Amino acid sequence: MDMKRDYYEDIELFKSTTILICSILFLIFLAVLPWLIEKYHPLGMSIYIVNLITVHALVAIGLNILVGYTGQISMGHAGFFAIGAFTTVIFVLNWSFPLWIALPIAGFVSSGFGFILGLPALRLKGPYLAIATLGFGMTITTIIKHMEFFGGRMGLQAPKLHLFGAPMKDIHYYYMIMVIAVLMVIGATKLIKTRVGRAFIAIRDSDIAAEAMGVNLTYYKTLAFAVSAFYTGIGGGLYAFILGFINPESFHLIMSITFLAMVVVGGLGSIMGSIAGAALMTYLDIKLQAIQDIPVIGAALLNFSQKYMSVGGISNIAVIVYGLIMILIVLFEPLGIFGFWIRTKKYWKTWPF
Amino acid sequence: MFGQLIVSGLAVGACYALLALAMVIIYKTSEVLNFAQGEMAMVSTFVAFTILDAYHVPFLWAASLTFLFAILLGIFFEIVFLRQAKDPTVLGLIIITLGFEMILMGFAGWKWGPDQRSFPFPVSNVETYDIGGLLISKINFWTIVISVVLMFILFLFFRYTKLGIAMRATQQNPLAARVMGIRTKWILSFTWAISSIVGAAAGMLIAALGVLDPPMMMDPLLKGFASGVLGGMTSLPGTAVGGAILGIIENLFGGYISLAFKSVVAFAIIVLVLCIKPSGLLAKHYVKKV
Repeated sequence: MDMKRDYYEDIELFKSTTILICSILFLIFLAVLPWLIEKYHPLGMSIYIVNLITVHALVAIGLNILVGYTGQISMGHAGFFAIGAFTTVIFVLNWSFPLWIALPIAGFVSSGFGFILGLPALRLKGPYLAIATLGFGMTITTIIKHMEFFGGRMGLQAPKLHLFGAPMKDIHYYYMIMVIAVLMVIGATKLIKTRVGRAFIAIRDSDIAAEAMGVNLTYYKTLAFAVSAFYTGIGGGLYAFILGFINPESFHLIMSITFLAMVVVGGLGSIMGSIAGAALMTYLDIKLQAIQDIPVIGAALLNFSQKYMSVGGISNIAVIVYGLIMILIVLFEPLGIFGFWIRTKKYWKTWPF
Repeated sequence: MFGQLIVSGLAVGACYALLALAMVIIYKTSEVLNFAQGEMAMVSTFVAFTILDAYHVPFLWAASLTFLFAILLGIFFEIVFLRQAKDPTVLGLIIITLGFEMILMGFAGWKWGPDQRSFPFPVSNVETYDIGGLLISKINFWTIVISVVLMFILFLFFRYTKLGIAMRATQQNPLAARVMGIRTKWILSFTWAISSIVGAAAGMLIAALGVLDPPMMMDPLLKGFASGVLGGMTSLPGTAVGGAILGIIENLFGGYISLAFKSVVAFAIIVLVLCIKPSGLLAKHYVKKV
């Protein structure tokens, strides 16, 4: 039943009618999601959080193409994110381009930088690549911070967008972001199944063997960086508009680490895993910021802090929990949420046995 | 001015080199990039601060107690977190250390709050020595001396003691080392203990040069890592050289050209060096077999 007889069966988007129906149902669910959230507020969600999750999911997918599929580490994706955000805002603000042109431009500018970063990456591995990408991210942030053109330390205010004359609200952004995201997710799933994606995976498994098989390392490694930077740049452009303002301080190393954590927690080498990882980590990040407001635990923690710790630093518990979750997921489920999903699926397939 | 910039650059570079050594010792044994090194050092330094603040003991006593704490912290991390990972990937290990870093950072922020404190180091950071017309602040002088002595002790330890040789054997070939009767698991914990001590020493020096607050190790850790990479992640002398080069270049650039782009230049140079020598200045380049 699962056997594939030719290549075209493998790259088909919908492998069976069930999957087609499920996908359509899921799209309908996405369409009515803002309405559901407005009405019931499940788990304290808001449309703003969903928007943020979607943007982070785009970045996580981009990073996963690089880290999970091509096996190149990057600790500088906050740099691409910043490039995307600032390019979009500047094109819209200074040269009054419409967003639908500025956003792809930002993506391509970002992927241009990705190509440049990909060049030294051809020769570097492991810690050496990590430090090179990390340096790239820090350089971008520092340059943006010290140039008046980019608003300097204060950053830039993203212009308000208008839809048919009325200012856009979170819910309008939601539909805009979701359409882009769905298209890009489909694009990524397709990309992985094609010749390019296979080349990426071959490079991850062993770059020397891949080269011997005729994979052009220079071309595909830089391409992986460029594609990854493209996704991250688009994510950055959207991020600027849902946040309303951007300042260079926020594109710090911690942000790159958070992106990496999303990918690893979600599952390396899995598009759906990236989305799940982005959702989990973003949600936790936002909810843990206000830990003292959680009903019972909050008061107890406050009491404990007064006795043994400092009250001013209570928001640091969020950082502790975040770190703990990162560690626990890597320790007990190396494939992340995706691995958990696979295990569950296997269990039910062979259920009574 | 030039001489003073070089000396203060050397002092900062010595701290980077110590941190880099701590990371390299671990990287050589277990291929783990320990991003938690900086925060481990920071927490140790805070412990030293608390001891000095509460009990007014002599500095050497406090330092010894801190080193004991650092040993326990290193072994704790190795046994409780890293050893539990079942066939981990390189990236998974990095994520574990990053997670531990966040835990320590959060803990320090929670326990000691975000205020900046000055670390009561027994050497003044205002007074200076006058060596042949060159004014060197006492703290810079002693930082360089302490770091060099520590590096020399480490060198002797790896070269001549039985434990040091056992550690090198484990680094070269864990399986063969086990066959020879070396308890490689103990050696691993021991590596973490040593690296944690070196890190704690670096932490105290860095706190003495600047201020003591939870995010204080963020920047030095990256620079330390960078100097390790510059010298070659598998070479101990390389890291020392890398740290010195990085500190001096950074200080000269900050002094003469632009303070704002000081740390960026360091990274730019490293990327350039890596393009020419992909394994750093002093490490041999190995190509992995397929």
